[in-house]
Amino acid sequence: MNRTASPRRRDVILPWTLPVLILALWQVSTSAGWIAERTLPQPLRVAETLADTIRSGVLLHNLGISAMRAMLGFLIGGGIGFALGLMNGLSKTAEKATDSSIQMIRNIPLFALLPLFIIWFGIGEEIKLALVSLGVFFPVYLNTFHGIRSVDPGLIEMGKVYRMSRRSLYAHIVLPGALPSILVGVRYALGITWLVLIVAETVAADAGIGYMAMNAREFFQLDVIVLSIVIYALLGKLSDSLAKRLEKRFLKWNPTYVPR
Amino acid sequence: MFPVKEAAGLAHAEKKGIGFELRRLGMSFDGRPVLSELNLSVRSGEFVAVVGRSGCGKSTLLRLVAGLQQPSQGEIAWEEAHASGTPEYTRVLFQEARLLPWKSVLDNVRLAAGTDRDTAADALRQVGLASRENDWPSVLSGGQRQRVALARALASRPRLLLLDEPLGALDALTRIEMQSLIESLWAESGFTTILVTHDVSEAVALADRVLLIEEGRIALDISIELARPRERDSGFAYYENLILNKVLGRKEEPLPPAAQRKLSYSI
Repeated sequence: MNRTASPRRRDVILPWTLPVLILALWQVSTSAGWIAERTLPQPLRVAETLADTIRSGVLLHNLGISAMRAMLGFLIGGGIGFALGLMNGLSKTAEKATDSSIQMIRNIPLFALLPLFIIWFGIGEEIKLALVSLGVFFPVYLNTFHGIRSVDPGLIEMGKVYRMSRRSLYAHIVLPGALPSILVGVRYALGITWLVLIVAETVAADAGIGYMAMNAREFFQLDVIVLSIVIYALLGKLSDSLAKRLEKRFLKWNPTYVPR
Repeated sequence: MFPVKEAAGLAHAEKKGIGFELRRLGMSFDGRPVLSELNLSVRSGEFVAVVGRSGCGKSTLLRLVAGLQQPSQGEIAWEEAHASGTPEYTRVLFQEARLLPWKSVLDNVRLAAGTDRDTAADALRQVGLASRENDWPSVLSGGQRQRVALARALASRPRLLLLDEPLGALDALTRIEMQSLIESLWAESGFTTILVTHDVSEAVALADRVLLIEEGRIALDISIELARPRERDSGFAYYENLILNKVLGRKEEPLPPAAQRKLSYSI
């Protein structure tokens, strides 16, 4: 066996082998006619559609709108989740006052709220932001809260021996100690962002990738539908890589997160 | 052993140790007394070892002195009149190093307020870890972590150093190295030191004075009259046996070593 490929190169190639294989199988089975064009368009056809929609600006327009919604929703929901998690993690009183309410809301299936939200917000931007924010809120809140509560009490005691001020105790011990858990929440929340956004955009929207797919259904444009799905997959992968980079950047002290 | 260099920073610390007195100090948890009626006076610069079986209250005593817990009865009177509560320059070395894993070795040493880069680097040099400044604590061995923790305590020029079995988790060889490191740093800087340990020979090797605590009371309080650095000779064995016999409840008195007897004749 030829072993010229360095382990590093293998690491880059290996994750993409399966997707490429599936793509090849897809192409072969559709062009050979095993799968009807009306069931699944050829990958090349989808690639053409990709080129077309980029040229006409439709894709970038919709992609931009979806990305904006995802980002804003993530920032709002994640920001509130982080703030509340921080507050309840640090204060037992705040926890008593709010945590059980939050747990109650958490157990409502997100999309059970959809009819209510459509009546409240219509199908404008607000409903997408509201749904994404709510979806993102819980993982960020729970992990921030848990992260702060699980900071090693020995380290906090050490900080007190060193007469650290309350502020620097939080800045140097509590927050960094909670960070691994917070980033797990962020990573999870990024995944949820796209999930919620897809549903929200297919149900109630007049632009965005989800809308593009739903609109294509009306005209039986299978290639556009498949293109939208592929784009979602790539976006999901992109945000997961982003989360991984964040972990590597902020947790480089932690041997668990920095593979050698 | 470790290259113990003279640190400009520590050598000219004006006030060296600090003395204190325990007055009828008592501590109970949920009505169960752990320490009771403890009276003790510690001189500035003294090295006191506290030994005892697990659960005898020796760690509680240290935590009271450190101000990490408040006594149920009695008080701790500090040598200096103005010093109410635990004086600021008290540092504790715990059994675990308690380094912040997200800070480099140097930044961990700089944790104490007002420690600049040079002081921290000096302290690391004193414990023989100058070359590890930029490493993460996770790559250090247990002994090295404990040395970083020691450097962190020293960097803020403590006047009182409290050691809560800091060598308990280390292997035998690293322990001996750490003991002589602690002894030489103490001799150099002159801070008051309280060492809590269950290792009698460690106590005899390092301390001016050994306290044995049994059931929350001081059962034995003896001065170790041996020259430093201490060899494990017959004089050493005498003190070791004396304390061990008391701990284990053996009746026989150990024979004073020959040297010791000669010394007493000459007086």
